[in-house]
Amino acid sequence: MSDVLTKITETATDVKSKINKKQKPEVKIPIRSLKNVNYDPKVGYFELKGAKKVRALTVNTIKSFAQTLKMMTLSKQVIEGNDMATKREAYYVSKNWGDARFKEQPESDAVMDDIEAMFMVNREQLGFVPEEKGGDIAGALTVIDKDTSTGKEIKIDCTKFGSGAYSIPSSVEQLKFETDAKFILAIETAGMFQRLVKHNYWRKENCILISMGGVPTRACRRFIRRLADDKKIPVYVFTDSDPYGFMSIYRTLKVGSGNAAHINKYFCVPQAKFLGVTPQDIIDYKLPTHPLKDVDKKKIKDVLKNDPFVREHKEWRKALELMQKMGQRAEQQALAAWGLNYVMNKYLPDKIKETKTFLP
Amino acid sequence: MQTTLSENKKEISHAIEQAKKQRDISISEFFTKNRHLLGFDNPLKAISTTIKEGVDNALDAAEDANILPDVIVEVKQTTPERYLVTIEDNGPGIVKEQIPNIFGRLLYGSKFHKLSQTRGQQGIGISAAGLYGQLTTGKPVKIISKIGKNDPAHHYELHLDTTKNESEIAKKEIIEWDKDHGTKISIEMEGKYQRGKRSVSEYMKYTAVSNPHARLTLIEPDGTRIDYPRGTTDLPIKPKEIKPHPDGIELGILINMLKATKAKTLQSFLTTEFSRIGAGTAKKICELAKLYTNSRPSRIAKDEADNLLKAIRGTKFIAPPTNCLSPIGNELLTKSLKKEFDADFYASVTRPAAVYRGNPFVVEAGIAYGGKLPGDSASEIIRFANRVPLQYQQSACSSIKSITDIKWRQYGLQQSGKNIPVGPVVIVVHIASVWVPFTSESKESIAHYPEIIKEIKLAVQECGRQLGKHVRKQKKVKDEAKKRSYLEKYVPIIGDALKELLDLQDPDVMLINENLKDQLERSRKI
Repeated sequence: MSDVLTKITETATDVKSKINKKQKPEVKIPIRSLKNVNYDPKVGYFELKGAKKVRALTVNTIKSFAQTLKMMTLSKQVIEGNDMATKREAYYVSKNWGDARFKEQPESDAVMDDIEAMFMVNREQLGFVPEEKGGDIAGALTVIDKDTSTGKEIKIDCTKFGSGAYSIPSSVEQLKFETDAKFILAIETAGMFQRLVKHNYWRKENCILISMGGVPTRACRRFIRRLADDKKIPVYVFTDSDPYGFMSIYRTLKVGSGNAAHINKYFCVPQAKFLGVTPQDIIDYKLPTHPLKDVDKKKIKDVLKNDPFVREHKEWRKALELMQKMGQRAEQQALAAWGLNYVMNKYLPDKIKETKTFLP
Repeated sequence: MQTTLSENKKEISHAIEQAKKQRDISISEFFTKNRHLLGFDNPLKAISTTIKEGVDNALDAAEDANILPDVIVEVKQTTPERYLVTIEDNGPGIVKEQIPNIFGRLLYGSKFHKLSQTRGQQGIGISAAGLYGQLTTGKPVKIISKIGKNDPAHHYELHLDTTKNESEIAKKEIIEWDKDHGTKISIEMEGKYQRGKRSVSEYMKYTAVSNPHARLTLIEPDGTRIDYPRGTTDLPIKPKEIKPHPDGIELGILINMLKATKAKTLQSFLTTEFSRIGAGTAKKICELAKLYTNSRPSRIAKDEADNLLKAIRGTKFIAPPTNCLSPIGNELLTKSLKKEFDADFYASVTRPAAVYRGNPFVVEAGIAYGGKLPGDSASEIIRFANRVPLQYQQSACSSIKSITDIKWRQYGLQQSGKNIPVGPVVIVVHIASVWVPFTSESKESIAHYPEIIKEIKLAVQECGRQLGKHVRKQKKVKDEAKKRSYLEKYVPIIGDALKELLDLQDPDVMLINENLKDQLERSRKI
């Protein structure tokens, strides 16, 4: 019996015995927020502290309690049938639950997140998969997957996609890798990725290019983590120079987030380093800038005060304070001000020669 | 500077020219130019103003004679534009010599100089209605009056001579009238009759609320008869006339009073011309003002009067006597609301008397809530001044200021910003005073005196608190029902889920459902 099925049975048994003893059944769910995480660089990711919220079965909570139990029955069915359900499908299955059905998908997603946190597993282990696209890969890498119908191994050569790219699947646990790449370059925007792919930048530097397309999905994070662990290759991250790039993208990739703290263990990439664009780069490369938006200013203030990751790393505090002082931000594409291929011919080679300038 | 003779002459001739133009403005001219002040600015308002003035007079007269008022109002259409408005009461009647004066002369009456709570205040009302009828139709005012069982009923038809401000008797006769005593007045006029907001029937309904001792009847042009029954057979306590109270007196008025008084000494002036000043207080005031108690009031100079005023302002007085006021009373107001509005909650409050500028006043408020009252629009606000409904210029009234200042959400009503609350609510505000301060001559809204705004707010808030309790209780009952249906819905789903998760048999599931339901029902606070 799988670990998750055991946990489901234990929970259900506990609820049943409490009911029959005429006590209030309850479930304990860890509180998922930045306030309830610890950061230790040696561990490498945001770890949950102890705080848990207790949801007792009362008249007011009976509906969500019923929904939680029903969601567990769905998980049980899927795992036992060796099947899987997308988050959207789970939402549609609930339409059979009578009065306990969900009105909108965010409601069913929230219940799913609760069960994840309750069991300290990720939703793939519960048998649920997201519809989101994982991210794009190009470069010196061969991915070994299995044919879903024959079970035979398939080798996917990521150098052979021409101007296209290999897509990370939503579940990456079964993949194996072959590569001799020197590093992985994780890129924020699809536009920058396209430019580097088109000019075969990966061949020049013998590296793997990954397009995250904004905040990386769980699959993308897990893919990078497994690849980097397996093949012991460094991970460099290349984003816009703004609080969103630093925190929402880079910090989430490296140490995880407060909201998904129960699964950061699987989805963090502790070995990631920040290549750029740093606030210092804005000055060194004389990049065209835009003024910080109000949300940016607020975010900087907030993370300087509350984010355990920023509090831990003096280099990040300095970088953010520099940005705060400048009041300016810059995009990756701003490097084009010095010529369309300046980023490939000058910026990236310069940076990669001086990995000491990377932010932790 | 020198002026030449010819220039002088020119100026003199100008003055003579102007003097030729200066003459009495005739009453009818004044009336036509100032219709709006008197409430005759449109055909719709003309009819309701006429009825209002007639009913006010009828109620005042009956109460004055200790008679329970019985008033019948009838509106009949005579031509497409004309209506005959008749107001009939069971009052004491009018002695025949006075009939031409009361109904035929403007500004004739006994109420104007009195300091006591009465409905009308200017004596302009019913004769203005007669004048309006005469101007628009040329028809005279018809009056029947009888003063006792054994006296004859007199029938008069009067024309108003607008140049002389006198009435002309067009017809007078003695007729048979099957009534012991009373007055019936009929005026034909151009007008328009409508139902709904600010209509005659709304006015009658509101009047029934503020006059629970009166029985009212309305017969509409299409023959519909609406009865507004009596809520009590007790007549309201008769308001008494009072002297001005020293709080809030002004310098100009004080100087005039000093000149006009018959008192020989300052001390007796203070004790006789004001209410709530006794000999001791009068002495203290004189001391404070550094004036002799035996100074002659007429010899008090302006500076000294100023000091006297300061001394008065620096002295504390007992609140003015309140027997000059006749509030409806909270119990009767609630009863009235129950009679006229089909709701499921009622509350009323009568505040203790307060003073603005030396005038005592009492504020009353009432609330009706729920039942068949319409729930999705702004609440209906009914304003009364000395029991008279105010139907126009609502937004300028201090009562609206008070009501919109209140945070109604705490009492369970919806309210956006500082607006009138929304919900199935009727809010009643009554201000009774010897002198109600209106914002204008048309007497439709009450002026913004801080003391009045505060009193109205306190009265309405008190009703609001009671309403809040009721609404919360109602909500609790509703929540209970909701919870019950919740249990019905979700307990079986939990049983169902556990059955699947643990492969249970049906009897196990039934036991779980029973136990769970039992546990939740027990833990639920009622």
